[in-house]
Amino acid sequence: MYTQSFNVPDAPDGKTVPLAPSKEDAALQAAFDTRIDADGRIEPQDWMPEAYRKTLVRQISQHAHSEIVGMLPEGNWISRAPSLKRKAILIAKVQDEGGHGLYLYSAAETLGTSRDQMLEGLHSGRAKYSSIFNYPTLTWADVGVIGWLVDGAAIMNQIPLCRCSYGPYARAMVRVCKEESFHQRQGYEALLVMMTGTEEQKAMVQDAVDRWWWKCLAMFGPPDADSPNSAQGMRWGIKRVSNDDLRQKFVDATVPQAKVLGVTLPDPDLKWNEERQHHDYGRIDWNEFWETVNGNGPCNKERLATRVKAHNDGQWVRDAALAHARKQQSRNMKEAA
Amino acid sequence: MSTATDYLLHLADNALVLGQRNAEWCGHGPILEEDIALSNVSLDLIGQARLLYQLVASLQGGDATEDKLAYFRDTGEFRNYTLLELPHSGPLSGYAHASLDYGTTIVRNFLYSALMALLWEALEKSANADLAAIASKSLKEVRYHLRHSRDWLVRLGDGTDESHARTQAALDHLMPYTQEFWTGSPAEAAAFAAGIGVDLQTLKADWDGIVDGALTEATLKRPLLEGYVSEGKKGLHSEHLGFLLAEMQSLARAHPNGNW
Repeated sequence: MYTQSFNVPDAPDGKTVPLAPSKEDAALQAAFDTRIDADGRIEPQDWMPEAYRKTLVRQISQHAHSEIVGMLPEGNWISRAPSLKRKAILIAKVQDEGGHGLYLYSAAETLGTSRDQMLEGLHSGRAKYSSIFNYPTLTWADVGVIGWLVDGAAIMNQIPLCRCSYGPYARAMVRVCKEESFHQRQGYEALLVMMTGTEEQKAMVQDAVDRWWWKCLAMFGPPDADSPNSAQGMRWGIKRVSNDDLRQKFVDATVPQAKVLGVTLPDPDLKWNEERQHHDYGRIDWNEFWETVNGNGPCNKERLATRVKAHNDGQWVRDAALAHARKQQSRNMKEAA
Repeated sequence: MSTATDYLLHLADNALVLGQRNAEWCGHGPILEEDIALSNVSLDLIGQARLLYQLVASLQGGDATEDKLAYFRDTGEFRNYTLLELPHSGPLSGYAHASLDYGTTIVRNFLYSALMALLWEALEKSANADLAAIASKSLKEVRYHLRHSRDWLVRLGDGTDESHARTQAALDHLMPYTQEFWTGSPAEAAAFAAGIGVDLQTLKADWDGIVDGALTEATLKRPLLEGYVSEGKKGLHSEHLGFLLAEMQSLARAHPNGNW
């Protein structure tokens, strides 16, 4: 569940030192470019330009952070899920997001950055994560709407990542996409069932759609004209489809789904454009988007503080596991001696 | 209520209440792998609870459903062990709050899984064929839960001075609640007499063996089984179950005619 951060740089770490390219690097760069141009895959043992490596570490770790921060808004409803079936589905779904975090941290580790380093980036507030998770989940319908719209938007962005030029990331995304697609359908199905229920339930669904719709459109990131990183990402085969194209695809796919569900999308300018063969839609509030990305959304502080608390509270558990493993190793060595 | 349903509700409530508790870790685990593991344990327990409630509902007939049983019974009607409803922390009054403590979680999962590994195995021979089938499925799951919690009990007990002290404190807090395992209830006695249930006393020596073996490896000291004997399985609970159920049941009760 993640999309926009590819276009959002992390806060600077102050360690960047530009290197002048050597002759040997130029040959390696040429081989790299040839492989990228042939739509080939780059694997961990292959030479790659530092900027490519750094971009991937940033993108994959932001993606991983988004998965684990994204556990919190939906986890908020596990204890109150209204039926045992929905409770089990929601636990399994949130657990899947944790699993995605795990594959993605592992994929990023193949680029030479440890999980501890990446977590330090998150906990210090330097690394970004998808800002969609900085909004609160206020009712049970938010759980369904997150599945339908947030995961739906994420899938639009993530399917092209299965063809990303970096092998471990592309392979991780194949599995992530399968699960996200299932999440999207479960969210939509949960809403369909609610829409057969009471008037209060229907109103709950509409209210959740009203609160999440514009935030989901913003998930695709700034308009192409304002996305300076996108061209390089396209060149490297990391990004395949532009933000605006993905957003349009999402709108076009979602309009008929909203109709079947029986909800309205909160945009008076939303209408079919015969000439473009696409839906036109209204103006996204990018000020709100950037405010949230930059730490001033309704839940930024809570999300980060909750991750930091879980990590700090778990320190003694991780220390114990390491200490026990060391003791075991030393006992085994003594036995062998 | 019939002999079978009374006993089945005890088993179902155990699974649901501990499943609900363990799910509190989802998103807050000490390490991502454990977050995922605890969610898995919770999913297994909720799955067991659903099968057992469905069986009760089919025996009760009428408009009984698994969700009516889970969401529309009050605290005094729940038949779970008190051990399973306690928060993941040391002793606290009902409305007091503390951070989740992994030591408490692991010790509780270990003590309960050690019992259920034996009980589900015995219940595979239950005269109630449906219960026997649920027992077979649950036995496979609880063996994993036991392995998971036992491994961590040893890590935490043997790990650092801090982890040892925290785990010993959790054990000292929780162990007395296991006295409830070994004091009979009318529902258990009736289920045993009908061939549906098990005489738990026959499992005690094996449970002691599992517990003592793990505690020795974990360098933890077994507390004496003494003090207050809890009676959750008879419907007399701690202050904590009311809060757990108030939260769990709130949405379902706010929309009693809702479709979910």
